[in-house]
Amino acid sequence: MRRAFAALAALALLGAAPAPAQDTGGVALKALLSSTPAPTLAAYRLFTDDVAQHANTGVTPYALNTPLFSDYAEKSRFLYLPPGKHAAYRPEGAVELPVGATLIKTFAYPADLRRPAEAVRRIETRLLIHRRSGWVALTYVWNDEQTQAVLKRAGKRLDVSFTDAHGQARQVDYHVPNQNQCKECHSLSGRIAPIGVKARNLNGVFAYAEGPENQLAHWTRTGMLMGAPTPDKWPRTAVWDDPAEPLAARGRAYLDGNCGHCHNPKGTASNTGLFLNLEEARPARYGIGKRPVAAGKGSGDLETDLVPGRPDASIIAFRMASTEPGVMMPELGRSIVHDEGLAVVRDYIARMH
Amino acid sequence: MKGLLITAAVAALLAGQAQAKTLTVTPGGDVQEKLQTALLDAKPGDTVMIAAGRYELTDGLSLDVANVTVKGAGPDATVLSFKGQKSSGEGFLITSNKVTVRDLSMEDSKGDGIKSKGVDQISFVNLKVVWTGGPKSTNGAYGVYPVSSTNVLIDKVTVNGASDAGIYVGQSKNIVVRNSTAEFNVAGIEIENSMNADVHDNLSTHNAGGILVFDLPNLPQMGGHSTRVFHNKVVQNDTKNFAKKGAIVGDVPTGTGVMVMANRDIHVFDNDIDQNQTAAVMVVSYTQNYDDLTYNPLPRDIAVHDNRIGKNGWAPQFPGGDVIAKAMGGTIPPVVWDGVTNFTPKGMTAPIAVHVHFTDGPVANLHFAAPGNVFSAKPDVKPTLDDGPIAEPKPVVLPKAQAGL
Repeated sequence: MRRAFAALAALALLGAAPAPAQDTGGVALKALLSSTPAPTLAAYRLFTDDVAQHANTGVTPYALNTPLFSDYAEKSRFLYLPPGKHAAYRPEGAVELPVGATLIKTFAYPADLRRPAEAVRRIETRLLIHRRSGWVALTYVWNDEQTQAVLKRAGKRLDVSFTDAHGQARQVDYHVPNQNQCKECHSLSGRIAPIGVKARNLNGVFAYAEGPENQLAHWTRTGMLMGAPTPDKWPRTAVWDDPAEPLAARGRAYLDGNCGHCHNPKGTASNTGLFLNLEEARPARYGIGKRPVAAGKGSGDLETDLVPGRPDASIIAFRMASTEPGVMMPELGRSIVHDEGLAVVRDYIARMH
Repeated sequence: MKGLLITAAVAALLAGQAQAKTLTVTPGGDVQEKLQTALLDAKPGDTVMIAAGRYELTDGLSLDVANVTVKGAGPDATVLSFKGQKSSGEGFLITSNKVTVRDLSMEDSKGDGIKSKGVDQISFVNLKVVWTGGPKSTNGAYGVYPVSSTNVLIDKVTVNGASDAGIYVGQSKNIVVRNSTAEFNVAGIEIENSMNADVHDNLSTHNAGGILVFDLPNLPQMGGHSTRVFHNKVVQNDTKNFAKKGAIVGDVPTGTGVMVMANRDIHVFDNDIDQNQTAAVMVVSYTQNYDDLTYNPLPRDIAVHDNRIGKNGWAPQFPGGDVIAKAMGGTIPPVVWDGVTNFTPKGMTAPIAVHVHFTDGPVANLHFAAPGNVFSAKPDVKPTLDDGPIAEPKPVVLPKAQAGL
């Protein structure tokens, strides 16, 4: 569903792109690498038409099998690779990206989620830039006129309303993160790092302009990715909302995508000892029989993170169902409950034995 | 030559000072943006000065720049209120090294108060962290919360109302907690899965439990040891335990003075421990199930000596406490030990030795057959229980810059 949307959105953007009105030069690699962030998104020339988000040369759209839930915002993702550079395959963790590589993610709300290509309000475009000194996270917030996105370092709150997939009107107190908060999720051993671009989470079909193709195959074929083994050896994160996939794989994939970026041995929540990244194989580490450590009221009067067969007794499900700061998980990135995600995790716990 | 060198050194010093600047934030306007922007703009060596006044924040604050001081005009003058906080797990998060936060108050954060994660040289000085509605289970968990940090200084801090521990130091190393006050929290001060802590000259009162030294299983940093708890006042801890279930401190009986759970080399001495209805000092094993081969659930090499122990233990609030108290003449003796000594780690043939040096008698040995096995209790009371002196951990020495704060 989300993948389908991403492809649709990318196509729509390509199709809708009017004759480029802005500078049509290549991506401004120098601006990306500068230690002073550009004041506007346009300065990087990542898109030939910034408003229509028509990708410039070297910028490729992609999607994830199981992404982070962000208050139902639709996210379109792009990877920029400098000329002649490529990503290196890694069987675990994110693929290795060269200096200059930039991950681009635009958060947007269609007025009605059932018509995702119509009346889209762009909220923010986040960049993760690989500078020589390491990764840097920046976010650019779109103006009300939707003509320009401007650097916002200290965060911002925006009222957003939309109609959800069930036709219900929704209100969101949308939170643009501050620069430090980007790092709270995008952190490995205290340094900023990409999360989504793991081989296993990219291992799915994307509807490119020239036709559908597996992303790892496409990246390899076009020289974007080096070192990938044969396709039978590619790891894969399940698609959390694909009912054709095994429930356990969907549940673990959802927890990986929504919790595992902090809850892993090198992440922001390493001190909890609760590790929800997909690689974690020890039941006590991914919550079974594990008592909370620093949860405080977040325990919700429950004693165990994950009780097989009993979602109502599992702290993980309790915290996913909360919208109260200090209780809700994840701590950042949502203000409302992800009903469908919670349902998958509850089912996964209920059928576990 | 020597003169030249000195001149150069002075010049370098002056240059360093010239670069350090003070970013002042004043009340009024969008204080969330103003304050967070200053915390983002600060460069190493800078001070972020938060002028006197009240600041109504809508989100958590965070600092990720090393060697920065965040300073208010005093805890009664600079007040950060998080009553309207809409996101983040704490009021103020610090993730960079060599940071001092001092001279301000924080109120009503939705989660924890002020937290440092993975920081070397973190100092919390002259702070107040308060939940203004009094003790409630809906208050945030920890007031002052360094975790996975090294060289931790907590000095002249007051925490009031935390639904877990007021001052909580977790999975850290080289720690000093001094001159501080913890009141109306579930636990006053808690040192957990940590190495080398000196907890001294604090007042812990009106909590459910005064001072706790715990070691828990299944955490990245295991094997807590070497904590000295001395010259504190641990008096009248009488707030009914208001923690949510699940939190380990929820199991601390109301009216506990000092509690040591698991751990080794813990020394409790020269404290005033008075008016705690359950017990002055409890030394117990971890009783829950766990799946962690690296964990030793028993307290061992524990010394309790030369404390001034007043009236405690007259109405113990743990299961079976009234029966045990009756069997001991109506009150729980100053030191209660579960008496478990038979823990043999997997792969070893004999139990790990347990030594105790309990000279503040009388001492109740409950002789549990296994951790938490109340029904196996064969309590007896002795004037003292002493396997001989236990070497005291060396005083904690902090880096010079911190020690001088």
